[in-house]
Amino acid sequence: MAVCIAVIAKENYPLYIRSVPTQNELKFHYTVHTSLDVVEEKISAVGKSLGDQRELYLGLLYPTEDYKVYGYVTNSKVKFVIVVDSSNTSLRDNEIRSMFRKLHNTFTDVMCNPFHNPGDTIQSKAFDGIVSGMMVQSG
Amino acid sequence: MDQESGAASSAGSFISLTEHEQRLYSALHGRCQADAAGKLSSGKVAELFKASQLPPEALHKVTEVCGAKRLGYFGTPQFFVALKLLAAAQSGLPVRLESVTANLPLPRFVGLKSEPEMRYATLPASIEGPGAQCGAAPAAVSWTPADRSTSRHPEANVEKKEPRSPPRSPCSSPAHSPLTYRSYPYAKPKDGADSQMTYESKQSPRPIAKLEQQHSSPMNYGTKAPAEHPAMARASSAERLAQQGAGDSPGDDPWRITEEQLEYYTNQFRSLQPDLGALILGAVAKHFFTKSKLPIPELSHIWELSDVDRDGALTFSEFCTAFHLIVARKNGYPLPESLPPSLQPGFTQQEEDIPDTPEDRSIIERIQPSLATTKQDLKEESCKKDASLTRMTTPQRKQTLQLGAFPERPEPPQHLDPQMRTKTRPRSYSSTSIEDAMKKAEEPPTPPPRPQKSHSRASSLDLNKLFQQGAPGVKSGWPLPPPALPPRPSTSQVSHFINASEKTPPNKVQQPNFADFSHFREEEESCVKPEEPGPRSRFGPSTEDLTNASKQDVCPSQAPQKPVRRKYHPESQNPEAAPPPAASFPPTAKPAQKLLSGQKREIQMAIRKNKESNAVLTRLNSELQQQLKVVHQERVTLESQLEPLRPLAST
Repeated sequence: MAVCIAVIAKENYPLYIRSVPTQNELKFHYTVHTSLDVVEEKISAVGKSLGDQRELYLGLLYPTEDYKVYGYVTNSKVKFVIVVDSSNTSLRDNEIRSMFRKLHNTFTDVMCNPFHNPGDTIQSKAFDGIVSGMMVQSG
Repeated sequence: MDQESGAASSAGSFISLTEHEQRLYSALHGRCQADAAGKLSSGKVAELFKASQLPPEALHKVTEVCGAKRLGYFGTPQFFVALKLLAAAQSGLPVRLESVTANLPLPRFVGLKSEPEMRYATLPASIEGPGAQCGAAPAAVSWTPADRSTSRHPEANVEKKEPRSPPRSPCSSPAHSPLTYRSYPYAKPKDGADSQMTYESKQSPRPIAKLEQQHSSPMNYGTKAPAEHPAMARASSAERLAQQGAGDSPGDDPWRITEEQLEYYTNQFRSLQPDLGALILGAVAKHFFTKSKLPIPELSHIWELSDVDRDGALTFSEFCTAFHLIVARKNGYPLPESLPPSLQPGFTQQEEDIPDTPEDRSIIERIQPSLATTKQDLKEESCKKDASLTRMTTPQRKQTLQLGAFPERPEPPQHLDPQMRTKTRPRSYSSTSIEDAMKKAEEPPTPPPRPQKSHSRASSLDLNKLFQQGAPGVKSGWPLPPPALPPRPSTSQVSHFINASEKTPPNKVQQPNFADFSHFREEEESCVKPEEPGPRSRFGPSTEDLTNASKQDVCPSQAPQKPVRRKYHPESQNPEAAPPPAASFPPTAKPAQKLLSGQKREIQMAIRKNKESNAVLTRLNSELQQQLKVVHQERVTLESQLEPLRPLAST
């Protein structure tokens, strides 16, 4: 259901970003970039409680008229951002959560690969496959 | 070249072969298994022609024109002419003798192994290069240079392989066999045969033969003694396999691992990890597979394919899978997108068989997410740190997974998924706690300095506490032995003083020890009075005193200074302690000095270090004081600014 999916490293540079190619990709890159601010804000807010149990799923970061942006942060400050189309109202929170969980699992698998150096862009075909699956779902 | 002139004469036209063409043609000639009379095996030639991807009628024409039809066989000259004609045909020229004279590109043969093809295309001009590489090959690959040096032509082919094979030699010498076999056919047949024979004699022939057999079995080539046959079979079988499309399971299965290969992989596994049931860690495997000189993305892909349980480590079967994929890739097979059926985890007898490919893969992937959810947090932290942890936790789970998952496919996933999920939940809690523990473990690099600080600031107080604590235990041997200084005076007579010294990790404590040793030296090994007040008082002195003490050389002259020092000490025990040790010190100074000189040195070093830390801390202190002043000033200015505003606010 996603229109754009991005994985952003701890240092806030993108490890992986992909959007439905029909549209203007730069717009999504921009959106993801600006959403990082919101993510940081949310992280720091929860961090005060010394959140070892900080919620990984950040929820809706911000909505615009065209789409909504959801965020998810791992414990190592790797951020996942999913941009979905606003017209896709059928998407429930749980579904988004499950998408993030799947992303996280696949990301973990990529990290487990000893030939992948953390900090490199993600070039795993399996990861690409999963992401495509999530994006193609939008139909 | 003689062949060239022969070809020229027999063809009745002057054929000039460029150097590249010479090599290519000779190599192909060797490949086609010429017998003693120079006739080429028609089967091989036919394959070659098929590989050129020309229409059959063109091939017939070529055969006719080059004269083989007339002769009934392909002699060397005919072969060369035929190759030339093939090149002509491929570039669109008519198949005639006249076209042979034209400047033609090399004939392209599709379906031959990509590597030889590429080699042909990029034949370097110099043979010395490959020769140098041959020489440069590590000693472990001694057989390869030795063999290859005997054959000149494979050098060009070898050039590409040498960079790859030498690094792999320690780990996979029989795996070279498919690679090296390819080189031999391209050699001049005799040389190739000789070198190959020698190679075989050096290596265990069976694995190689069986390796060949695996690939040649579909071609119905037996593993006969003649070395060239397996080699040729391999070349042709690979060609045919490539023509049929790689990964073609029904007919010939290049992905199936033969017994010999399995045995070889087992040995390699053992070299990395003696226990076959254990896991090879990711870093180890990475190092190992990097030796194969495959590009990293490909290795990454191979890893993704073979690590089916996604735990960042390889079991034996996963290792075999990965190894086999690497071997296959090096032999030119493109990597599959998903794991071929014969390489599925059930292919070894260690696990039960899984017939279907895609279902199993999906099952495995379904199971893995439930596993992975537990690992996700761990792995996010820092790959290796967490991976090691997860590996510790997951092997048991993995094994249960494997045992449980495979017996019947429809049921286990459902069984396991709830099981795994229930297991994962408690595990996730534990994982977070582990994370926290690790996080906290990561945090404190600084604690060690802290005790020093406290000691430096409140030395006397702390030491007082120490004294009080230590007092009851003095005679028993100082229950507070400081960890830093090991007991130096080994002699029992100075045991008390040793204990005193043991109490001195922090600055002040050590410094008094210096004084203590002076005491030791002076006292020698004579009767040791329980110098409880003595050592305690020694701990007392402030920094300045101790520095004085450290600077002084160990000599009896310190004894008179001790009472002076002790005056600074808040404790009142000094006067008592001072006289008795002072009295006994002078006579016993010198003999004890030699014993304790080494200890003195250590103490001095410790003192120096403490002094340095002192200096650092004082600097820090001064800086902080300055900052404090600045802040005070700011506060004052702010208050002054505020005052005029107050009446306004109050009104």
